[in-house]
Amino acid sequence: MSQQMTAPLTPPPSAPARWKQLIRLDNRYIAPIFITCILLVGHLSFGILESYQRTLLAIAVSIVTELALGGIFFHKWVHPASAYITGISVGILVRSPAFWPYALCAAISVMSKYVLRIKGRHIWNPSNFGISAMLFLVPETVASLSIQWGNYLLPMLVIWVLGSVIIWRLRRFHITFTYVVSFMVFAFLRSWLIGSPWQSEIAPITGPMYQLFIFFMITDPKTTVRSKRGQCVVVFLVALVEMIMRMYQIVYAPFYALFIVGPTAMLIEIWLDSRRASSEKLAVAR
Amino acid sequence: MTGNRAARAILGIVFIALLTAPLVLKRLSARRTAERSSADAKTALARHGFYLQEVSQAAGIHFVHEAPVLDPKLNPIMPEVASMGASVSIVDFDRDGWSDIYVVNSAIGSKNALYRNQGDGTFKDVAGEFGIADVNRPGTGVSTGAVWGDYDNDGYEDLFLIKWGRPELYHNDQGHGFTRVSEQAGLPPWINANTAIWFDYNGDGLLDLFVGGYYAEDIDLWHLTTTRIMPESFEYAKNGGRKYLFHNLGHGKFEEVAEKVGINSRRWALAAAAADLRATGHPDLFIANDYGVSELYFNDGKRFREVGQQTGVGFAPKSGMNAAFGDILNQGRYAVYVSNISEDGILIQGNNLWVPKQGTAGDAMTFENLARDFGVELGGWSFGAQFGDLNNDGTLDLYLTNGYISLDRNRSYWYDFSKVAGGNSTIIGDAKNWPAFEGRSLSGYQSKRLWLNDGAGKFVDVAQAVGVRDTYDGRAIALADLWNRGVLDVMVANQKGPLLVYKNTVTPENEWIEFELEGTVSNRSAIGARVTLFWNGQQQAQEVSGGCGFAAQNQRRLHFGLGKYPQVEKAVIRWPSGKLQTIDKPAAGQLHKIKEPA
Repeated sequence: MSQQMTAPLTPPPSAPARWKQLIRLDNRYIAPIFITCILLVGHLSFGILESYQRTLLAIAVSIVTELALGGIFFHKWVHPASAYITGISVGILVRSPAFWPYALCAAISVMSKYVLRIKGRHIWNPSNFGISAMLFLVPETVASLSIQWGNYLLPMLVIWVLGSVIIWRLRRFHITFTYVVSFMVFAFLRSWLIGSPWQSEIAPITGPMYQLFIFFMITDPKTTVRSKRGQCVVVFLVALVEMIMRMYQIVYAPFYALFIVGPTAMLIEIWLDSRRASSEKLAVAR
Repeated sequence: MTGNRAARAILGIVFIALLTAPLVLKRLSARRTAERSSADAKTALARHGFYLQEVSQAAGIHFVHEAPVLDPKLNPIMPEVASMGASVSIVDFDRDGWSDIYVVNSAIGSKNALYRNQGDGTFKDVAGEFGIADVNRPGTGVSTGAVWGDYDNDGYEDLFLIKWGRPELYHNDQGHGFTRVSEQAGLPPWINANTAIWFDYNGDGLLDLFVGGYYAEDIDLWHLTTTRIMPESFEYAKNGGRKYLFHNLGHGKFEEVAEKVGINSRRWALAAAAADLRATGHPDLFIANDYGVSELYFNDGKRFREVGQQTGVGFAPKSGMNAAFGDILNQGRYAVYVSNISEDGILIQGNNLWVPKQGTAGDAMTFENLARDFGVELGGWSFGAQFGDLNNDGTLDLYLTNGYISLDRNRSYWYDFSKVAGGNSTIIGDAKNWPAFEGRSLSGYQSKRLWLNDGAGKFVDVAQAVGVRDTYDGRAIALADLWNRGVLDVMVANQKGPLLVYKNTVTPENEWIEFELEGTVSNRSAIGARVTLFWNGQQQAQEVSGGCGFAAQNQRRLHFGLGKYPQVEKAVIRWPSGKLQTIDKPAAGQLHKIKEPA
């Protein structure tokens, strides 16, 4: 899911601004705190976790893997916020009575950042990669969170409002908004095409899996393209591919859609960047 | 990213290895399972000590369950809402020493069957002539189960008919017929229930009756005024039917006291069972709920306290469909088996085996779910399960049936199911929002599980190898020594399918012993009596049950496998009255009929 939320660069603060800065939350911590709140509220009210131990295992494996690989490949202690979010996402989204899927999913999620890199950028959202891989490879042991969060309106509204405010502050609300609007349009289109009740088509987005998906996974700054318009186009395409997959009754359509569209968009952007860089180099040479 | 080439190469290899490891392990495991599954009767007997043969037709049992057809407003999802009802219970209704089989039907106008054991290997349906066949008449709902208990202590087991509809109590007239006494008993006009059990909760020597509602009792499923009848949540629903505890006042009268004694729940109950979990002399009540957590009620003899969260069994919500007790480790303590749903890649709830934690007892008793460690966790869309020593080796095995809706093999409803089940309560709670089934299957055609207990904490599935190869939509399991041979045979009631009778053949090397108890001060059915058998330096406890599993009741007598060369030291009986009785050196290979000492 969403990795480190990048803080905008600012000039050195004045004295009153320093005070303000002290009480102001570093953007880097907002997403981890938000997802921790979701986890705690969800578990204390509904018991969404298989167990504390499994989630802690996912978090621990995720952070240890990040620190180890960061040390080996970057020769520094990488800030654990990103790994924490990955671990906690795995801990919430993976549903398995066994322990090992949590450890394995967390490990391959973080490792994917170091292995699957193009031009210095990782192209898959780590937990999206890990969970998609697990669902595809070991479906007899792993499912994903889909129903384990009550089905009540209030907790959903709280998370949507809080999530929207946070995402707004992080300047990524347009991504979530575009996706939700696209999903709703496609839901009604599906209902019209296949004749199923429209309520059943919009039902998934009212569930817990989507709350994590729309606020954390699709907004990940490290694995989304840079331009605002590009980000909107990409999530629209995620919703479109998801819609096509849903026509084929693929249960985890959103994960798989992001798994396909996200890296494809990244690759296109990397290719465009390198083409631009080559052109600039050529222009300078001339 | 810096780092040398070798480190990156190693990381790449580890990454690929981690991704492929589960596939390799899966393939190895599949190979082992295939090897275990391919065995004929002779090999099964040699390897596992028993095999099962389905003999219903030869035994004269041709029963096929019919599902209910409910209000047409539910037509799009009829297969789902009408997916339960098959049930089987064992009773020796005429006290001739041979176990008979009662099996219910669930379509309006369909007939229930009472298969009288003729003692020659065959059965004859006598329900019609005894007045308990035509019990699914229009306007009265349909049968979803039956439990037997001698509520008036006249020596003959009476019948409580569980229904989505008007619940019925039939008095057994000395084995010659049945008289409907529902009104005299004070039963309510309508309950949509799937579970009921007889137990003497207050130890007064009279059997009381617990009934767990599923759909709310104000819903007539054949004449709906609304389609908002579904659970408000897939795992946190509290809009199901109420619970009833009918306290037996004597003289055929009952008083409903559930709320008064502390049982106040509207969860969607699917299975209940009672046993004295804390050795207090009072039966505790376990309820497995669909769409939510299980409930455990500790009983102090007068009142119940719900201790699900405190004991650990009531925290993680699942889809409870079974409650069965078994002393699986031969330690004199019961584990509880609760079945749930597991579907590859979609929903892995896993079944629960609640084992008492070492060092906890009494009110401080807690349980831990060891289903995975013991190997009894994954059983598909699991329904009824029962513990019983099927190969007479001295440890309790576990038979589980499963399969939800078997229609078109090539088209699944799971996508639509998961789509709606995760949605908001206003969507999930209304049947009209659910996509139409259109002939699709939902966890259909599943292989059954028969887990053999090695006595050391591991169960191994041998169902295919010992001859359990049916793939019907199984619901209820009942175990009984049908032909008085010292082995447990297995009856399986299937939704919209035949009643299966698996005749058991056990290696003669493994010995057995059985006890048939009759209460005098305690209730005459001896429900709640506990026999602890000591042999070869080990012990095993079993309790006479008034219904357990899913919509099922095993034979009244208790069956113990003893393994080879048993030296039986003693059997200690604790009667519901509190009396203790010790039988020294009871002979193996016999049924011991024991009356409670006055």
